[in-house]
Amino acid sequence: MKASQRGDRLFQILITSFAICIPLLLAIIAISILIAAWPALSKAGLGFLTDSHWNVSAGEFGAAPAIYGTLVSSALALLLATPLALGVSIFLAEIAPKWLRTPVGFTIDLLAAIPSVVYGLWGIFFLIPLLRDPVAPFIKDTLGLGATPLFSGPNYGYSMLAAGVILAIMILPYISAVTREVLMAVPQSQRDAALALGATRWEMIRDAVLPYARSGIIGGIILGLGRALGETMAVTMLIGNRPEISASLFAPGYTMASLIANEFSEATSDMHLSALMAVGAVLFGITLIVNALARWLVWRVTKGGVS
Amino acid sequence: MKRLLLAAAALAAIACSSDSKDSPRRSGSVDLTGAGATFPYPLYSKWFSDYAGLTGVRINYQSIGSGGGIRQLTEGTVDFGASDSPMTDEEIARARGPVLHFPTVLGAVVVTYNLPGLEPTLKLSGELVADIFAGRIRKWNDPRIASLNAGVSLPGDDIIVVHRSDGSGTTFVFTDYLTSVSPSWAAGPGRGKEVPWPVGLGGKGNEGVSGQVKQTPGAIGYVELAYAKQNNLRTAAIQNASGSFIEPTPAGMTAAAAGAAAALSADTDYRLSIVNAQGAEAYPISSFTWILVYHDQRDAVKGAKLADFLRWALTEGEKQAASLDYAPLPESMAERLVARIDSLKVGSTQ
Repeated sequence: MKASQRGDRLFQILITSFAICIPLLLAIIAISILIAAWPALSKAGLGFLTDSHWNVSAGEFGAAPAIYGTLVSSALALLLATPLALGVSIFLAEIAPKWLRTPVGFTIDLLAAIPSVVYGLWGIFFLIPLLRDPVAPFIKDTLGLGATPLFSGPNYGYSMLAAGVILAIMILPYISAVTREVLMAVPQSQRDAALALGATRWEMIRDAVLPYARSGIIGGIILGLGRALGETMAVTMLIGNRPEISASLFAPGYTMASLIANEFSEATSDMHLSALMAVGAVLFGITLIVNALARWLVWRVTKGGVS
Repeated sequence: MKRLLLAAAALAAIACSSDSKDSPRRSGSVDLTGAGATFPYPLYSKWFSDYAGLTGVRINYQSIGSGGGIRQLTEGTVDFGASDSPMTDEEIARARGPVLHFPTVLGAVVVTYNLPGLEPTLKLSGELVADIFAGRIRKWNDPRIASLNAGVSLPGDDIIVVHRSDGSGTTFVFTDYLTSVSPSWAAGPGRGKEVPWPVGLGGKGNEGVSGQVKQTPGAIGYVELAYAKQNNLRTAAIQNASGSFIEPTPAGMTAAAAGAAAALSADTDYRLSIVNAQGAEAYPISSFTWILVYHDQRDAVKGAKLADFLRWALTEGEKQAASLDYAPLPESMAERLVARIDSLKVGSTQ
């Protein structure tokens, strides 16, 4: 082989091995978590996912409240963050003057730079008193929703609602960044065509731009969901850490990430550690599925818009 | 050429200044390592720095929690452990050999509450505390609380219970106390580093609980005395076994230990609980914190250093305890423990 061909071959081998490393690493992590989790999973069986009692010293591993809490707090966060993020992105892509895009976009992306613990502290000192006094009585009494199961029960501030709100703030920049990019990638011809047919600006956005960008927007939303599912510190500080399933948003709850963070340092027995690894495995699985879905959906937008 | 000479000169300078194996205790070399409880960490770190200044022996301590300390000692990654709760027989069986428990200082768990506008200190009995934390007493103006606090106007608000969400020695001591004063608590959640709490919010760490109590009017929780003092939290006076209501102070803790010390047998392993201790002045939710060492010290050098440090800690170190809000051990107990250090087998060939 000539020297240049040898160099090419070497480069190819090197780059291929780097590329193989990463899925290999993921596989190793997944397999080692599953191996460590196996003793607890085999002992608890399917009850691990459905039982509500988490009492390690008695050998009961029911992670249902934690799973419920993770899903509910993330769903709540999505519900609160998506309209805001979408609104900001549409504003920046369609309505705002072009010079406004960079500074405002930068400010929103700064939200992602704030450490999770700082969010937790801000939540404790600002958000919880806010929820306890002006907001909760407003929802319960003024809006009269206190009788509905969603807002029933006493409110201590530390609740699923507080966790949902802080998660919404934390995932806002992720959804907003992806949505902004996707909206700006919509070809101008789509907008021109709609306007030429006599659409108003809002109709143009609703009928020409948003459907085109739909896959990407959904991809951004699912990216934010993936972030919300794994968030630990801020949620642990605000959710009340009560392993119970409750319909009310004002009730304290628990999440899988909080459970692991709370119990890991004092878990001395092997079975306890295995149980925590099992919770980690479930969380890992859910997050993996969600992220894979996000990637696939965002990839679809590059193949063409309206589905 | 000039650059080459410069590089050679730099290399030579570095080579000459490197450590030689003969120079003992250069900065950065550590003689002993330990890990464990966070509760005594402020006192231990003062001890370690004073001891290093005195003798040059450097001790590194990681406050990763009692459970972590026990685990690291069992796996042999540290020379000594520290824990707020004694090792169980199963935990000792899992270790490399017999583990000796040396109590070092006393701590207290306080019941803290947030009742703005309430001037006098709240008085509570053990049964009341157990019933509050079990959710059987739900309002502050419950007649049982009012009967102990005559003349105090208690609000009609809900009692908001705050407990630890993470496993901890503090929880162990508190639930140990509740188990010993309340049969229904003993039959229910029981004692442990983490228990299934019937009601209440969970805060992470002493900081989490004290933060939540401080922020929530009508809340009640339990924390280490030091945290309550640092955060200016109100602490309740708890009724002890002799019937008096005692506020948490170092004197109360030492009185609790003194009562227990007097009743110790000659061959005790010091894994004793001193909650609800006898004694007119005893604070009922007191506890020891222990340093855990292997009975058979395989490394003779390290074993000797550890023994010397323990002797210093139990004699000189105890004098610094009070200034940092810890209660020193009763003198008689400290003397017995110093004698017990001699039973360490330093340099065994196992």
